[in-house]
Amino acid sequence: MSLQIINLHATLEDGTPILKGVNLEIPKGQVHAIMGPNGSGKSTLSKVIAGHESYVVTAGSVLQDGEELLEKSVDERSRDGIFLAFQYPSEVPGVSNANFIRAALQARLPKGEEIDAVAYYKSLYEKMDLLEMDRKFTARAVNEGFSGGEKKRNEILQMMMLDPQYGILDETDSGLDIDALKIVAKGVNAMRSPDRGLLLITHYQRLLDYIKPDVVHVMAEGKIVRSGGAELALELEENGYEFLKEPALA
Amino acid sequence: MILSTIPTWFAARQFSARERYESLPMPKRGDEMWRFSNLKQLAFDEGTASSATIDPLDLLARSAGPEKSAAKLVFHRDELIHSEANLPAGVICMPLAQAIIEHSGLIEAHFMKQETRLGSAKYAALHEASVRNGVFVFVPDGIEVEGTIEVHHWNSGTAGLFPHTLIVTGRHAKVCVVDHFASADEEAGVVIALNDLAAGEGSKLDYIALQELNELSRMIQINQTKVARDASTIGFTLNTGAAWARNESLSRLEGPGGRSDMLSVSLPDHQQEYDQRTFQHHVAPGATSDLLFKNVLYGHSRTIFSGLIFVDEGAHHTDAYQTCRNLLKTDTCEANSMPGLEINADQVKCSHGSTTSQISDDEIFYLRARGIDPANARRLIARGFCIEAIQRLNHPELESFIIDRLERKFSRIAVTS
Repeated sequence: MSLQIINLHATLEDGTPILKGVNLEIPKGQVHAIMGPNGSGKSTLSKVIAGHESYVVTAGSVLQDGEELLEKSVDERSRDGIFLAFQYPSEVPGVSNANFIRAALQARLPKGEEIDAVAYYKSLYEKMDLLEMDRKFTARAVNEGFSGGEKKRNEILQMMMLDPQYGILDETDSGLDIDALKIVAKGVNAMRSPDRGLLLITHYQRLLDYIKPDVVHVMAEGKIVRSGGAELALELEENGYEFLKEPALA
Repeated sequence: MILSTIPTWFAARQFSARERYESLPMPKRGDEMWRFSNLKQLAFDEGTASSATIDPLDLLARSAGPEKSAAKLVFHRDELIHSEANLPAGVICMPLAQAIIEHSGLIEAHFMKQETRLGSAKYAALHEASVRNGVFVFVPDGIEVEGTIEVHHWNSGTAGLFPHTLIVTGRHAKVCVVDHFASADEEAGVVIALNDLAAGEGSKLDYIALQELNELSRMIQINQTKVARDASTIGFTLNTGAAWARNESLSRLEGPGGRSDMLSVSLPDHQQEYDQRTFQHHVAPGATSDLLFKNVLYGHSRTIFSGLIFVDEGAHHTDAYQTCRNLLKTDTCEANSMPGLEINADQVKCSHGSTTSQISDDEIFYLRARGIDPANARRLIARGFCIEAIQRLNHPELESFIIDRLERKFSRIAVTS
């Protein structure tokens, strides 16, 4: 049981290639991290997996437990257990956080079935408490006027509520101070489970001090160029991405 | 009405209004107050009664309102088919035809006392000449009406209907009235409604008009609000029905400390056209007016918003705001906005603005990435767009009732588009 990315190629709508043959497998029960310099294609990879329509997949495949994902629509992928925590979550004016998450959960139920409101709020409040989110966030419009840290916590809250099989966190650590980072990490660690695979996309090593990955990958120029254990992140922190130039030339 | 019982003053007013209607010219191309308007909609003929059989009990069953109503009146073409009330002593709430006889002096003091300034003087005259019924609400000094007064105006056939709503609040009184306009049949009705609101000192007067006529109907609705010292009024209009609706809304701030909130939510689809003209008239110093109009346009629909903030000489320390926001859901709809400002006083805070936008792809992607299908995502965003204006009512029960009416329209749009 894994999320398997096989020789994935993707371009922008104008044909500019971004992903140039990504190979990656995230088994359930593991946490993987992708690191890499700006422009290496990390965020594009997350959006292509989620189904963003500004990218064109030109080759390759993404298998979720053996089933092709790329043929499904964005919302179908989400309902089938793929979750993307956004680097820049959208604001949705006039839609309260509680109603938004409820609509997302409702979308997973068969027609005619309704969410049990009492159980829903109980579950929502539990998760908000864990993420140290004030109850007032249920009534506030989704991400509107939220600070950077509040938006990221809200992404983790949504992931916890939607309980996906595979979660991809796109630079969830960016824009967070150390306290917010710890809270977000607590939420992500609470999501670790033998039934779930997680992929962290990050520019900095510091997130990995709090969420220990099983495997670290380095991405450069649209490909995974190195994979290793958690120690690879420390090595990158010390030496930077300079080393990438050598294997690329070799 | 039996002719002999109508007060002389009223008969004279109707007679001279008829003459005025006939002598006033038709609006024409080039009239600033009819800019962008579809003048063809102004061809009204005599019309006929409905060919459908209208069952009053059926209309009554369909006359839904917010849960807690202090009074409920249901009319079918001016004929009262139901009335119930649980009102504090001294409050008058009755059909206008009855009030003209029983409270002639009060009506005479307040009935159509404001000049129509937004283009429809001719149609206000037609209304005055033709009005046969409506509602009169009078809340004496210091009396607060809990719950809403709910009025249903059912129309049928193609002959004109001229319902009139007159609401007068005394000092520190409070009332909320909901006028609901709907069609009992599928014929091309014509409704020319006028509401006169006079908010006395320190009173709170909320007026909500829900326009849900069938999509062949036409409507002109003229709203005239007078706001006395320290009084606070809300005028809220929901437009989901009619082929064509023109709303003229005028608030006159007559006393310091007065406040007028002018709110509107419109959801046109198909070929529907909503023509909105507003006037925030600051006569007294130190008053506030705040206008927020939200339009979500579908299909080939059109909206026109033309708003003017006018601050008289001497109306210093005025706060006046005007915002119209349009959300375009198709490439074939059209939103026109003409905000305006004329200030003749010092130390005023005024702002006006209008925006027209479409839902961004990023926003849709975000909702879809949470499993919400595209149609529901668009609906959630559109609903969220409207909510800001609805929440300004600050009345949870009424807000959820209005949201429910909006949802009905959204469901119809989802089915047809």
